[in-house]
Amino acid sequence: MSAPQPLLSRAFRDGVVAALIVAGLGFPVIAYRAEPDFNNVLTLNARWPLFLTFCALGFALRFLLTLWTARPRPLRAVKAPEAPVRRPWLAPLGLAALIAYPLLMPVLLGPQAALKWVDTFGVQILLYVLLGWGLNIAVGLAGLLDLGYAAFYAVGAYAYALLAPLTGLSFWALLPVSGLFAALWGFCIGFPVLRLRGDYLAIVTLAFAEIVRVVLVNWDVVTHGEQGLFGFPPISFFGLPFIPGPRGFAAHFGLKFAAVHKLIFLYFVVLALALVANFVSIRLRRLPLGRAWEALREDEIACRALGLDTANIKLTAFALGAFFAGIAGCLFALRQGVVSPSSFTFNESATILAIVVLGGRGSQWGVALAAALIVGASELLRQLDFLKMIFGPDFDPAQYRMLLVGLAMVAMMNFRPRGIVSTRQPTITLPAAGVRP
Amino acid sequence: MSSPRWIADPLLRVDRLTMRFGGLVAVNDVSFAVGRGDVTALIGPNGAGKTTLFNCLTGFYKPTAGRIAFSPSGLRDESRIEALTASSRRFWRDGGAGLFLLERMPDHEIAKKARVARTFQNIRLFPGMSALENLIIAQHVALTPASGYGFFGLLGLPIYRRAEEKAVAKAEQWLERISLRARANDPAGELPYGDQRRLEIARAMCAEPSLLCLDEPAAGLNNHESAELARLLREIRDRDRVSLLLIEHDMSVVMAISDHIVVLDYGQKIADGAPNDVREDPAVIAAYLGVEEADEAAAEAELERRPPQ
Amino acid sequence: MEIFLQQLINGVTLGSIYGLIAIGYTMVFGIIGMVNFAHGDVFMLSAFIALLLLLLLTQMLGLPAGLAFVPVLFGSMCLTALWNFVIERVAYRRLRGSFRLAPLISAIGMSTFLSNFVTVTQGPNNKSIPPLLNKIIPLTSGGDYDVTLSYKQILIVAVTAVLLAAFWFVVQKTSLGRAQRACEQDAKMAALLGVDVNRTISLTFVIGAALAAVAGSLFLLQYGVVKSSDGFVPGVKAFTAAVLGGIGSLPGAVLGGLAIGLVETLWGQYFSSDYKDVAAFSLLAVTLIFMPSGLLGRPDVEKV
Repeated sequence: MSAPQPLLSRAFRDGVVAALIVAGLGFPVIAYRAEPDFNNVLTLNARWPLFLTFCALGFALRFLLTLWTARPRPLRAVKAPEAPVRRPWLAPLGLAALIAYPLLMPVLLGPQAALKWVDTFGVQILLYVLLGWGLNIAVGLAGLLDLGYAAFYAVGAYAYALLAPLTGLSFWALLPVSGLFAALWGFCIGFPVLRLRGDYLAIVTLAFAEIVRVVLVNWDVVTHGEQGLFGFPPISFFGLPFIPGPRGFAAHFGLKFAAVHKLIFLYFVVLALALVANFVSIRLRRLPLGRAWEALREDEIACRALGLDTANIKLTAFALGAFFAGIAGCLFALRQGVVSPSSFTFNESATILAIVVLGGRGSQWGVALAAALIVGASELLRQLDFLKMIFGPDFDPAQYRMLLVGLAMVAMMNFRPRGIVSTRQPTITLPAAGVRP
Repeated sequence: MSSPRWIADPLLRVDRLTMRFGGLVAVNDVSFAVGRGDVTALIGPNGAGKTTLFNCLTGFYKPTAGRIAFSPSGLRDESRIEALTASSRRFWRDGGAGLFLLERMPDHEIAKKARVARTFQNIRLFPGMSALENLIIAQHVALTPASGYGFFGLLGLPIYRRAEEKAVAKAEQWLERISLRARANDPAGELPYGDQRRLEIARAMCAEPSLLCLDEPAAGLNNHESAELARLLREIRDRDRVSLLLIEHDMSVVMAISDHIVVLDYGQKIADGAPNDVREDPAVIAAYLGVEEADEAAAEAELERRPPQ
Repeated sequence: MEIFLQQLINGVTLGSIYGLIAIGYTMVFGIIGMVNFAHGDVFMLSAFIALLLLLLLTQMLGLPAGLAFVPVLFGSMCLTALWNFVIERVAYRRLRGSFRLAPLISAIGMSTFLSNFVTVTQGPNNKSIPPLLNKIIPLTSGGDYDVTLSYKQILIVAVTAVLLAAFWFVVQKTSLGRAQRACEQDAKMAALLGVDVNRTISLTFVIGAALAAVAGSLFLLQYGVVKSSDGFVPGVKAFTAAVLGGIGSLPGAVLGGLAIGLVETLWGQYFSSDYKDVAAFSLLAVTLIFMPSGLLGRPDVEKV
């Protein structure tokens, strides 16, 4: 063994190696960009400053990491597991805040400026929370990696967009119908695939979702292809449409018409349904079915040895997850006013999966938090105008969002595989011996 | 001498069972019976086909050939077994305890309907769930109808609450019997190895089996824990009146508690009888004396299986 | 009949490319039992690297395209191998003892990252190059439809055949291949016997990436166009090929690749090209559900 190198020179060497690796990775993908010129012939634009910045970053990060890991550390006693802190006030307080939020926004910002806040940071986040909670049943509780969740979402959305003009039923009636349609799909898809091993199941759900998407793109007669469906009836307040004029919602209640009313109502509908999903998940977790889901995630063979019909149990998790996706799809259709296949790509499935993975598989709080984080972060990217100055005018935050979603999934699996909220509360506990009479 | 229980009153009978994997014959034409209320031990050197046989009994493998007849109330009526074999049905459950042909049934149905419970060589608890939850899940089959397949429970109806209270009481009783009452709320995966073994047995017992199959329950236990285990198994036989079938390498455990021993070697049965007869059987002695090295390997394999402490 | 023959040739060409990608899936699955979901995107990335290198050599150095192709192929292989080496170190190595779906989730994240990384750095649009190596050999003439065989197609099939032979040799005869097979059987035991498991796994990823880079370069040569979302669908199809051939089996991967290539081109010709992806995805589902051990794979006995 050679004598230990001085720390600084070791860190420097590590940094140089890292910079060289980054250079290898970045050349030529970062260093050059191929763009068609005015003759439509691809030409290279060199981006050496950007390339060198990345190399320097690689050097700096690795340099600091080596110094950091080598710092003298006092021996620490292993921390005893802390008793879970109970915060009974948290849930009611959070609920009150959620109810107050859309009502306060128009007052604070005016009805026009509030539109975006209620829609993007309200309805959109809640939709993702609902989707996250739905997928959480399959992925988090039952341990079934469903990579085709967006397909059920699509089924719900198309079910509403197609049935609403056809049947003339209100969205209250079509909401459960959309959910049931999606659940039926979940059932049909789930039936053949559920005896597969975990990773194969994931791939097959992905394949089915792609099939659904390709059919939606190509079945012009029904789905209108890439263009999608629009012009279906919008949401109404128990029959009162959100329109200006004497027969609208605003006139009926003596309010001044504002577009935000519709969104506020939609917000409350989504909130209510998300709460229902939450209630059902939490309750089911304490019932034989929910416990069986978790047991299935932990060890399928042991489940079978205990007489659990694993196929049925998986099917219920799959179908219930799909049901909530269908509901979310219906609400999505009402929010967008247009339903097209581009909203239900693999990226969408990946985003919802990332929400579940980030939040901690099985944790309701974590999933809600992660949904807010991912939607919030991508909106933040959109807000940051100076990024446009760095990356050029064609900077599209949506691409960066998916880039970050991907990185976040890798990072979570490597550093916190159980998610942000990683403690699992048992579904039932015994009091200490002797406490009970 | 009166005829032994496994002949006079068997509850499980394996007839000419064969299991092939491709070219490999893991179990070759094996027949034996398990007496009602007995502790039957299945022994043999490593690779003798014991676990494969277990997996056939519990439905995890479909045997290539042979019959496995099972009835909790005893298999005395030969003509009924023949009639069921001739029919295309998997089991008869007319009143009484029923008659089952296990080789025709899928694994979960064997556990649920025939009530044959099992443990695994490399413990299969639900490691992230608490010890109590492990025991509650074992009562899934009984609890599910009471929960109205989810609906009553979702609504919080008392019918489910009462059923759950009963399940918890039973689980608590078992936790006390295996001295794990104090750790009821800890994740099963964090318990010491010996406790996990006992918890797995308790979990199988919570499923209310009529036959309990244990795959090397004493593997990796120290002397004190082995003695404790032997006491628990005898208690299960005498107090709970459950018949036991176990695979075991630890001869002190086998000799201490077995009523009946079946010896396998290279997939074939080489001996079958009361412990004292088997101990003196020349074929058994040959099979065991010839495998000193294999035993060493087995001991090492067991060390390997122990989770890091 | 002529059309059928032509589609047969096209199908074999496409199938060779799928086969080369499929080898990467099958080797990684064999050695660490993981579906390397990001492999399709590694393939796409390699096509981009090849594209940029080609432009670099032809535009900056003024090399003729035909001459440039060899260094482009080699450069793309090296750089893609470096990428996959880093990906394995960063995204998968730590997860070997984690819960069973962790590597797959990480791979999905990596796949999402790679495709969006290329979108961000190179833009989301199609990148097309002028066609290369345009000579064709007419096989039939005089009929209403002339069957042709292009030099490109010959090159693609020949390269696939040579590489398959080479890697077959590596896996069967060299110490690397022995180490790989040892890790497949029992990584812990292999480590105890002095096999450097980490190095073996790294090498597997490097080889898989190099083959994907060959596929990427040949893809660019054949179709002359690539875009950042091109990793997903070919990736899934190549995975289908690996499963269809029997995952873990090298000849199976190529066989499966040819089968998928043929199904896709023939389906596109005789049924509907809009639904050709549906054919491939259905084949994937049907294979996984009804014959998960594939054509040449070993049956998977569940360990209880």
